[in-house]
Amino acid sequence: MHAFEYANPTTLKDALALLGNRWGDADVLAGGTDILSLMKDEVYVSKRLVNIKNIKELGGISMSRGALRIGAGATLEQLIENAEIRKSFPSLAAAARGVASPQIRNIGTVGGDLCQRPRCWYYRGGNGLLAKGANGRPLVPNGENKYHAIFGHEGGAYFVSPSSLGPALVALDAKIKLASASGTREVEAAKFFVAPASDTARETALLPNEIVTEILVPAGMRNATYEVREKQALDWPLATASVALQMKGNSVASAKVVLGHVAPTPWLAAAAGQALSGKSLSDSTIAEAADAAVQGAKPLSQNKYKVQLARVAVKRALTEIARGRA
Amino acid sequence: MSSRKEPEVPKKTKPAVSRRGFIQGVGLGTGALGGALTGTAEAAPQSAGGAVSGPGAVPFSLRINGKTHNVTLEPRVTLLDALRDSLDLTGAKRVCDRGTCGACTVIVDGRAVYACSVLAIDMQGRQIQTIEGIGTPDKPHPVTSAFVEHDAQQCGYCTPGFVMAAKAYLDRNPNPRSEADVEAGLGGNLCRCGTYVGVRKAVLDAARDVRRGRNA
Repeated sequence: MHAFEYANPTTLKDALALLGNRWGDADVLAGGTDILSLMKDEVYVSKRLVNIKNIKELGGISMSRGALRIGAGATLEQLIENAEIRKSFPSLAAAARGVASPQIRNIGTVGGDLCQRPRCWYYRGGNGLLAKGANGRPLVPNGENKYHAIFGHEGGAYFVSPSSLGPALVALDAKIKLASASGTREVEAAKFFVAPASDTARETALLPNEIVTEILVPAGMRNATYEVREKQALDWPLATASVALQMKGNSVASAKVVLGHVAPTPWLAAAAGQALSGKSLSDSTIAEAADAAVQGAKPLSQNKYKVQLARVAVKRALTEIARGRA
Repeated sequence: MSSRKEPEVPKKTKPAVSRRGFIQGVGLGTGALGGALTGTAEAAPQSAGGAVSGPGAVPFSLRINGKTHNVTLEPRVTLLDALRDSLDLTGAKRVCDRGTCGACTVIVDGRAVYACSVLAIDMQGRQIQTIEGIGTPDKPHPVTSAFVEHDAQQCGYCTPGFVMAAKAYLDRNPNPRSEADVEAGLGGNLCRCGTYVGVRKAVLDAARDVRRGRNA
């Protein structure tokens, strides 16, 4: 790991003044579990890390005016332990519970989950975000692509978005607040995640001089997340589904079904949401929505199995709601 | 590992011998050496406002096992490397160094954390507990005893991390109902010898003792 400067501000204003206009001039250090790994591997080099763990205004989880406010500095464990989240936002609790291990959840933050870099082994191996070989051709389509995208890779980004909370936040219509020295802005969760078109682009809307400060999640939707992975613990999801339903009596007024770990961004399965609209949840309507969710999938040479996993994840997330478990 | 009775060492002492050589040759415990290597007389307080420190070595202090250790380290040094290389607390092990194996697990402010995945400089003001800080050879912590009784280790390299993860888990979940509960609580630690059967039993056993108040 290259040497770097360290700053430990206690106010957001001080922290923002310490950031730069280019990535690598200065970076945010929250839980640090991702950026330190990247820097140890020298996949990423930063001249300065700005610790934001001691900034009180970035912490806390609370309900106000019908919306949940999650401070970006809240740890994933704090999210899981929060009674209001477990009751009204089981989708977020389930997504957070799936993250790696207690040790990671104890220090890893909500903002960090959104801003972590892809786990694609070509990227982590130093082949760049879009993983191109010496001849400029992408390495993934004919390479080891077991864990790569089955949707949304037409633009050349074959990695999958590593965020566990992202799909749940997109399904719940959350807004993500960003601050820079020149002001604040609010981005819909669905627009926070972007598929980069070049190696120097990023996977989120965050700019180098910005910090994710808080996440606002509207209440009132039934919601659930289901994750499929290989190991019981310390593993990344193979596919997840997060669903959020606006109910009208026993029928679904509107639905959002979002797949995780199948595309370079959380993947909104619009057809699945439409399939549920106006219907009540039954085994057959759930199965139809699950089928619709994976329509149009474009699996690579080694990851066709993920189509079925994503289908099952949708089915099980919806079933949790139908059975009153979420 | 080391004695917990740490002799006071004059703060100006400079490291004149290698860490290992010192231990082997003189046979003194952790504290003497840690102090010798890291004694920086007047550690300047860190972190005022937007001040930037580094990239060179910076003096700061860490609170480990109830004692304050003054160190002078570059910001890039992880807590794990500070413990092992500067403070001679070698219980926490360096295996993957990427937060995926658990061998470096320590307890920070009551929570299990991978020491390899946090910066030492970032842990100022936190209460850090390592395997050296729980129990003594004469009076081991109940989790340590239970690991011995249930043969919950083989090569032993993962064991300090497992013990710390188990302690942190039991401190927050004193009543695990089943082996499945224990598995969820210890999901962040790997044992390549495959001693999981013993670990599950040890943690359930230790839970009884911890509930009885034996929890140093």
